[in-house]
Amino acid sequence: MKVHESVRWVGRWLRRGVAGVLRGGASIGLALTNIGLLAMTLVALAMTPVPYLGLALVPWTMTLVRMRTDLERRRASTIGVLVSRPYHPRPPGLVAGGWQHFRWTVTDPATWRDLAWLGPGALVGLGLGLIDTLITLYGLMGVTLIPVWIWLGTGWFGYGVTWSAGNWTDALFCLPQGAVVLAVALSVAPWLRRVDALFARLFLAPTRSTQLRLRVTQLTATRADTVDAQAAELRRIERDLHDGVQARLVSLSLIIGLADELIDHNPAGAHKLLAEARESSGTAMVELRHLVRGIHPPVLAERGLAGAVQALVLSLPLALTVEVDLPGRLDAPVEAAAYFAVAETLTNMIRHSRARTGSVSLRHTAGLLTMVVADDGAGAADPAAGTGLSGIQRRLAAFDGTITLSSPPGGPTVITMEVPCALSSPRTMPSSGTG
Amino acid sequence: MRAVIAEDHALLRDGLTRLLQAFEFEVVAVVDNGPALLPALTEHRPDVAVLDVRLPPTFTDEGLQAAIAARAVIPGLPVLMLSQHVEPLYARELLSSPHGGIGYLLKDRVSHVGEFVDAVRRVASGGTAMDPEVITQLLARREPLAVLTAREQEVLGEMAQGRSNAAIATKLCIAEKSVSKHINNILNKLDLPPSDDDNRRVLAVLAYLNS
Repeated sequence: MKVHESVRWVGRWLRRGVAGVLRGGASIGLALTNIGLLAMTLVALAMTPVPYLGLALVPWTMTLVRMRTDLERRRASTIGVLVSRPYHPRPPGLVAGGWQHFRWTVTDPATWRDLAWLGPGALVGLGLGLIDTLITLYGLMGVTLIPVWIWLGTGWFGYGVTWSAGNWTDALFCLPQGAVVLAVALSVAPWLRRVDALFARLFLAPTRSTQLRLRVTQLTATRADTVDAQAAELRRIERDLHDGVQARLVSLSLIIGLADELIDHNPAGAHKLLAEARESSGTAMVELRHLVRGIHPPVLAERGLAGAVQALVLSLPLALTVEVDLPGRLDAPVEAAAYFAVAETLTNMIRHSRARTGSVSLRHTAGLLTMVVADDGAGAADPAAGTGLSGIQRRLAAFDGTITLSSPPGGPTVITMEVPCALSSPRTMPSSGTG
Repeated sequence: MRAVIAEDHALLRDGLTRLLQAFEFEVVAVVDNGPALLPALTEHRPDVAVLDVRLPPTFTDEGLQAAIAARAVIPGLPVLMLSQHVEPLYARELLSSPHGGIGYLLKDRVSHVGEFVDAVRRVASGGTAMDPEVITQLLARREPLAVLTAREQEVLGEMAQGRSNAAIATKLCIAEKSVSKHINNILNKLDLPPSDDDNRRVLAVLAYLNS
């Protein structure tokens, strides 16, 4: 076990180191393109007064610059330094190369921050890239020196502290030195790459005000979705009440009125009508219960998400394992959204997946509720095919939640839903197993 | 027979009290909230308790929790839970202490006075009264029930609710003898240990449906 772990650790260290060196090397190449882009942009800006040509040239070079900075953002994100795009959204109906395009480009502060990065970014990328490339090369040189020496026959050379190696002992001493230098290079490379990425983030990430602007855009969109969904839900409830329960109550009072008329001269008929009335009231109760369950399941109010999901699973015609780690209750709105999201995915699973077994797991750690619904079914679930997944997405987006789907053909399908939220103080619950 | 009632809706509380009194129950305590329930149950030790699942102050499942707690203190305390909705999950929790009378019914069932009083009596005498809706939900998820004939499934449903052979015979309009024959077949096919005790029979069936 221990040996196995250390082998894995070394493997990971080696992979990270080599990747760091290669990425550092790529930084050198990319730094050179920065210089080219910077020169192009300066020329384009200088040409702005030239009719037609100037207006078109700036947006075009900026498109190239954005491609370059986007690449840098992606590179930073792959090593865990998240850099989101700060640009203003493209105005609708924009004609490429026109005045509007020019204005959209130059009025965006992110444009100027991109340009400001090109020079220093190139210097830092080049510098750091060279450092780890050179250390690596020197290390490789130490490791390969003896064969090279043998190949070259005789001559003078030296390496590290063994400068001027004159015999085999000196030459052999190059090996461990080279290995150490190489190890240092591999250890340092990921960190140098990280420093480069952090430097890029200084310029290329959204500023505080840009972040706020992006957030407002996102919130406006999710609010619109939420309001739409709410309105649709209210319409559905109104229709169900109006056409179902209300109509039934009207007929009920009608039947009772009739029975009242009949009771003196036709007691048997009145009796029959009253029996009918009771049946009708029973049906109204059933309808109301279904309606209530659709709005907010009572068990959710009573037991919270954990209990409600366990109860839900009990009612499904499939053996599912439930794993819950929720030491408390969620806020009611999040709880409801999370419940309906799980319920919807389970319904989809029952309906489409042809699964034999599945699992539901609910976990809350570090301010994040994670819900994973998995099955061993046919897979190939397509988020574009139905409205189910997008509905869940909209429901969760109101709380900044996300949904990710993994469903290769042949299965298994794994749906992961995450919602950032707080957990209220723990409440004691009766122990209950899984279904 | 002495009864304790817990219900927060004043109208239903009075209705239940009058109904039970009319059928010669002695209502020894009437409670309208959760915290007062457990003391009332442990103090009066009634022959039967008729309790609402959802009670103030939190309006969650306090009645159910109090019932489970009371049955831990007084094993076999007969409890009939009433609720606006029924959950197999709650039924399972109630049945976790398997001695004595357990009932779990929708509130609507109260309106069928005769059947309701029957259920209260059955629970008081150590029997079981499970709502048909719970049974339907449990039956719906059991595929192996396909080995049973339609009639046998019907009988299983009635049996799981807690009815005796005689009651099942009347309900389904068949002879009591054929009921016991059906039940024998069911218990054999589902691999449940046969027993004459009505309550144990129900527990076996529910355990099977829950598994």
